[in-house]
Amino acid sequence: MENNRLLEVKNLVVSFDTFQGVVQAVRGVTWHLNKKETIAIVGESGCGKTVSIQTVIGLNSKANGSVRNGEILLEGKNLLDLSVSEMRKLQGNQLSIIFQDPFTFLNPTMTVGEQIMEPFIQHYHVSKSEAREKAIEILKLISLPQPEENMKRYPHQLSGGMRQRIMVAMALICNPKVLFADEPTTALDVTIQAQIIELMNSLKEKVDTSIVLITHDMGVVANMADRIYVMYAGQIVEHGDSDTVFHNPKHPYTWGLLNSVPRLDKKVADDLYSIPGTPPDLIAPPKGCAFAARCKYAMNICKDCQPPQIHFDENDEVCLSLSGQAAENSHYASCWLNHPECIRRNGPVKREGNADGK
Amino acid sequence: MENKKVILELKDVKTYFRVPRGVLKAVNGVNLTMYEGETIGLVGESGCGKSTLGKTIMRLYRPDSGEVLYNGQDIWKYNKREKKEYSKNVQMIFQDPYACLDPLCVVSDIVAEGMKIHKMYKGEELEKRVLELLAMVGLNKTHASRFPHEFSGGQRQRIGIARALSLEPKLIVCDEPISALDVSIQAQVVNLLKNLQKEMGLSYLFITHDLSMVRQISDRIAVMYLGSLVEIADSEDIYVKNYHPYTKALLSAIPIADPAVERERQRILLQGDVPSPVNLPAGCNFCNRCPYATEQCRSVKPELREIEPGHMVACHRAEEMKGK
Amino acid sequence: MNESEKMIFDANAFDPLPEGSLEQDQIVRKKTSYWGDVWRTFKKNKPAVISLWVMGLMVFFVVFGPMMNEFNYYSNDYSCTNQTPNMVHWFGTDNLGRDLWTRVWEGGRISLLIAIFATLIPEAIGMTIGGISGYIGGKLDMFIMRVIDVLMGIPSLIYMILLMIVLGKGNAMTLVIAISITGWMGSARSTRGLVLQLKTREFVVASETLGASPAWIIAKRLIPNTLGIRVVGITMSMPGVIFYEAFLSYIGLGVTPPSPSWGQLIKSAGEVFRYYPYQFIIPCVCVSITMLCLNLIGDGLRDALDPKLRS
Repeated sequence: MENNRLLEVKNLVVSFDTFQGVVQAVRGVTWHLNKKETIAIVGESGCGKTVSIQTVIGLNSKANGSVRNGEILLEGKNLLDLSVSEMRKLQGNQLSIIFQDPFTFLNPTMTVGEQIMEPFIQHYHVSKSEAREKAIEILKLISLPQPEENMKRYPHQLSGGMRQRIMVAMALICNPKVLFADEPTTALDVTIQAQIIELMNSLKEKVDTSIVLITHDMGVVANMADRIYVMYAGQIVEHGDSDTVFHNPKHPYTWGLLNSVPRLDKKVADDLYSIPGTPPDLIAPPKGCAFAARCKYAMNICKDCQPPQIHFDENDEVCLSLSGQAAENSHYASCWLNHPECIRRNGPVKREGNADGK
Repeated sequence: MENKKVILELKDVKTYFRVPRGVLKAVNGVNLTMYEGETIGLVGESGCGKSTLGKTIMRLYRPDSGEVLYNGQDIWKYNKREKKEYSKNVQMIFQDPYACLDPLCVVSDIVAEGMKIHKMYKGEELEKRVLELLAMVGLNKTHASRFPHEFSGGQRQRIGIARALSLEPKLIVCDEPISALDVSIQAQVVNLLKNLQKEMGLSYLFITHDLSMVRQISDRIAVMYLGSLVEIADSEDIYVKNYHPYTKALLSAIPIADPAVERERQRILLQGDVPSPVNLPAGCNFCNRCPYATEQCRSVKPELREIEPGHMVACHRAEEMKGK
Repeated sequence: MNESEKMIFDANAFDPLPEGSLEQDQIVRKKTSYWGDVWRTFKKNKPAVISLWVMGLMVFFVVFGPMMNEFNYYSNDYSCTNQTPNMVHWFGTDNLGRDLWTRVWEGGRISLLIAIFATLIPEAIGMTIGGISGYIGGKLDMFIMRVIDVLMGIPSLIYMILLMIVLGKGNAMTLVIAISITGWMGSARSTRGLVLQLKTREFVVASETLGASPAWIIAKRLIPNTLGIRVVGITMSMPGVIFYEAFLSYIGLGVTPPSPSWGQLIKSAGEVFRYYPYQFIIPCVCVSITMLCLNLIGDGLRDALDPKLRS
């Protein structure tokens, strides 16, 4: 199994110093990505999902003091030990990223063709005509209409959906091993969002790239991800493969995320379930469970003690090994509700507002 | 619906902008009737003119032709006093929670602004009223003296709602109030708006591009495409029976949060983007992207017609679309 | 088994938490305001902070300096003309035996007062006109802008001279009036530009929908939000005004004797510079230090107020 691991993040801690104090943006996060796999990191804005990705592609480093602990292994090589220039060789080549807002990322004074070709020329030292051929090939791959014509255009002459396609093309031209997509569809209209999702799904078959998707929208995730990490207040609170997380989630936060998305295929509920309040400020994260203040199931213990990772076996029974080595890709959730002692005393808690139940 | 009182009526409203390349027909002949206590969801993609329509109702843009009637009176024929009265009755909630609050003012000043303009309360009474309004949106005294940048997007949107409520309006135009928020927070804001409606008997014009969330709050839904309405129906109706191919495509584009359902689902993918509203096609606005377009669609503009009681649609082939 | 299984839990550990025991919308950070943030960024700029201290010292001497010895700025004393700095006359005396310490700080009073009023008054005029022009727009905007274009086309020194003749030369007040009348156009233009950017922002539109009058919006929304950027302009234009005053006094259009101003002092000392250089150098140093400090403070403010540099 080990050689199937492409990217592994171990116990990553990222903090930023501000004049108000230390913001603990990422508080010990562990995840991995296998070859030819799509994973999703889901969470509200400010939960640290973007920061952890920025750290992987080298925007935060040990050098500037923001990475306090952890390892980032790309095929066994720790990226945090690399120098800036070594990291730069990987960026855009083995690790690429698609941003939320393509307009601010694209250079308004260059044609999109030049911008697509640029990383390829930089990393592979090829001639312009070779790069152009490759660019047209990529644009055909992402089914952009009239690639030759559109390459001569400037970003402002293209629509939002086209610009996002250009971003995808720029990210893919060097055949990256990992493609990070940071809220790739949030700024787009629904019909365009559907096009981009369809495009990314088709890419999975066409190229060898693994995808890390970051989003707050469970709907987008359902479409694309093989496995899901749910992140809250700088920590991963639940992980499992896509079907498990959607059909048998174990953390109240995941319940909230799922239930707050209205389901078009279901009858409309009287009141939409929503998570009250606001995520905690990570300048002073709560002592116990970070979600306790917004959780309707909160118990005394949640206030004072951080919940352990509790793993589940295939039948979704609590595994005996609470903190020990669990099976690869196993479903786990960090919530006291799943603790054997809690279940013994209170009985199992059922997910409320379950969309399947109505 | 017949016995209900009409609060707002739009009669063939056209709002155009002059741009270097020609005339941008942002709102191109919209007819819509709103009843008291009702929520209409106005749905469409960016650039379809839905925000312009909202701002036309707010008296921020003057329509080039047509009438906007509030309680039967044309809002563009108001005198100064009536204008002030109108701004008390009709309020707006904005899209961008980061831009809609003055960065230099503390929250209590932001919420109090409208009441100061209309001289509704003074001194201690004003302070009390501000705290009341903040409490309605789930904020408290400690938040009142803070500046907007200290709040999260959802909290800011709640402050914006408190500000809109401060004048005790009858109608609130919500201009994409949730599209900049996280999904979990969207539900929070929608629930808040719903509860306030129950308590205060408000009417909402809820402008959004998201057909899924708008279902939770709307009584009726109007789908807009390139400046015109293409389908109007009761909210429950439109999700089950829809006739316009554009509505179908919009609905189909919404992802469903269930991988098992998604794997089975066939979606209608629209080709291309929304064309520019400067050079509208001669026939149906949607004909360039419509998979069912015929010669008739390209030459004759379809009018909005009642295909079923309370269900209006602007499509030549609506009858054939029933099962599709 | 492993550790957490063996953990011993309190009897009530798994009882539900009473409602409302944890705050959902808590703000834990210290309160920060816009101007508080500006001050914090400003403090990081060392030269600007030092300049602020030096300016403070300068203001202190300008206010209290003339009271520190027994002399006044206008009494002649022919028994001790053109003395070099000594224990009695700390900065020496001039050709009429007047105490230069008193005259330098008395002159500083006039120069700084002119600098303050001749920047603030045109700034206020310019902001109002620029705010109205930018917010109302249309034909009024067009008209105001063309008037400004014409006024700015004429070299300001020409109407400065004309105005000084009309107003009758001689005191600080006339200088302030003259500089104000000629100096508001730049600020009006810049304010108008900023207002044009601001007026489509949602918080301004929100005020409109609340029923605010144009005067309310200009005074409460637009001007305060342009102030941040205009403050830089104000600080940066102050040294210009000090220099301008010195220049006008030097060519004989400024403050007339016996009232001193720094320009006036430099002018009269310039005639005897070869013999009594200290009479010339001291006011020159004062003018230079003030101008340098104001420029550095302006730089610091710009860094602190620039929206691109703020995060």
